[in-house]
Amino acid sequence: MPIEVSHLTHCYSEGSALRTVALDDVSFRIEDGEFVGIIGHTGSGKSTLVQHLNGLLKPTSGQVFIDGEDLNGEHVNRRALRQRIGLVFQYPEYQLFEETVAKDIAFGPKNQGLSADDIKERVRYAMDCVHLDYDKYAERSPFELSGGQMRRVAIAGVLAMRPSVLILDEPTAGLDPRGRDKILTMLEELHGREHVTILMVSHSMDDMARLATRLVVMSEGKIVAEGTPRDIFSREDMMTSIGLDVPDAARLCACLRAKGYDLPADLFRPEELKEQLLRLWKEGSAC
Amino acid sequence: MRSDSRVQLNNVSYSYEEQASPALSGVSAVIQPGEFVAVLGHNGSGKSTLAKLLNALYIPTEGNVVVCGYNTREEKLVWEIRRRAGMIFQNPDNQIVATVVKEDVAFGLENLGVPTEEMIPRIESALSAVRMSACADKAPHMLSGGQKQRVAIAGILAMEPSVIIADEATAMLDPSGRKEVLETIRSLNRQKGITVVWITHFMEEAALADRVLVVTDGVIRLSGTPAEVFDRVDEMREMHLDVPHMTALAGELREAGMPLRPGILTVEELAEEVENLCPLK
Repeated sequence: MPIEVSHLTHCYSEGSALRTVALDDVSFRIEDGEFVGIIGHTGSGKSTLVQHLNGLLKPTSGQVFIDGEDLNGEHVNRRALRQRIGLVFQYPEYQLFEETVAKDIAFGPKNQGLSADDIKERVRYAMDCVHLDYDKYAERSPFELSGGQMRRVAIAGVLAMRPSVLILDEPTAGLDPRGRDKILTMLEELHGREHVTILMVSHSMDDMARLATRLVVMSEGKIVAEGTPRDIFSREDMMTSIGLDVPDAARLCACLRAKGYDLPADLFRPEELKEQLLRLWKEGSAC
Repeated sequence: MRSDSRVQLNNVSYSYEEQASPALSGVSAVIQPGEFVAVLGHNGSGKSTLAKLLNALYIPTEGNVVVCGYNTREEKLVWEIRRRAGMIFQNPDNQIVATVVKEDVAFGLENLGVPTEEMIPRIESALSAVRMSACADKAPHMLSGGQKQRVAIAGILAMEPSVIIADEATAMLDPSGRKEVLETIRSLNRQKGITVVWITHFMEEAALADRVLVVTDGVIRLSGTPAEVFDRVDEMREMHLDVPHMTALAGELREAGMPLRPGILTVEELAEEVENLCPLK
């Protein structure tokens, strides 16, 4: 179910003195099975963009096509399209409201009108996806859980709708390293095993380096670069010029290359760098 | 102000009523005047409990917390303590009370009964110290997260504190907001000698501290300079904590036989060490 964004422009407060162009003629495509990372400074338009992908915001101009259908077209079954695109907001745990974890996760499927058995099956599936043991947590209050667990319950609520595409806005923000790792591992599995297409907005270049198959870089409402993490992270100057960092390993690589060391230009993973540095050292100590 | 602006914890334990095991048990530590101490620990380790004990939001179940010579047990000293030990919290939206920036900064002073003519210069100097003077008349909701946190810091500064305690003050900010808040606090620490207790999950922030305390299961497990603490990569990971990427990489290179010096924290340090070990021909 590919998503295509075509010449999308969005203005907030159109027609008033506060008019701001949040998205300016943005076009891109997400293919099935991709793990796309959207990076950019705060205010670059990332969150505005993702809210268009399941119809929460309407374009000022331009189109969003889901599986070839114009999401904002006149005769489109918008509800059906939206159900296939799961959107996880920032700090989604603030939206939990039910008495038990199971009830909270069941909220979506219940509204879809599924049978009690199907709902239970969906809840089990979703809890399994986010690594929460059904027997242990289903009947607990979500508000007794840790922040990281609450966030996973909120994500399970979206997964229970069995979306083909999962969109997450800053899914690891504010979590401790353990909570963050659990979310990342879970996303890795959803992408690899369940073949869910994932679009993730994040400020963490390390998370992106680990997970994304493609990166979209935004600045001031426009897409300024697109490519594999390897491609994007080797362009430190471009990234710095729009106020973004590259992973430490990419910075070390650039720093050593600038000093004259013979290293490939596009290293960004610590394990790649380890190999190259050991090579340099062995070559050095050989002569 | 008392000359003794140390923060002392003497064998401090704290238990929440509803929980069987204590959140902190038998913690002792001394934070020296002007020190910048980072506190690391995963969620539930007890580090936020520790923070709240430092300005009498919590009173220890056992032991004593002494801030600037005042024991937090003495109820009538609570306001004295809070004036000297100000606290910044995680969520920028939860600690702004007024509708205009400068009035928010004035809030603490009003509660202390500071006369208006003294208040004005204090507010101005506090806002200028966090580089927010230009926003003095703005509405807080128009500010970025980093700016809001700096207003919160200004509110504390106006009370002329000896100690600032920050409980994950950057957790909800983007990278540039994080940088601006951390730089603000660092310069207050260096220029005004304010003691800082900086609770964080970001090891790159902890790497800038004078000293790092690692709290886990309610006790202080490690204490030392960032280099000393982070070099214990395995121990840190076992506690589900990160170490800076370059420290981890240096550790692996050392294991593979490369004789790197200990205590590497940054890209620049590792690059320099590579230059030493693999000189260019």
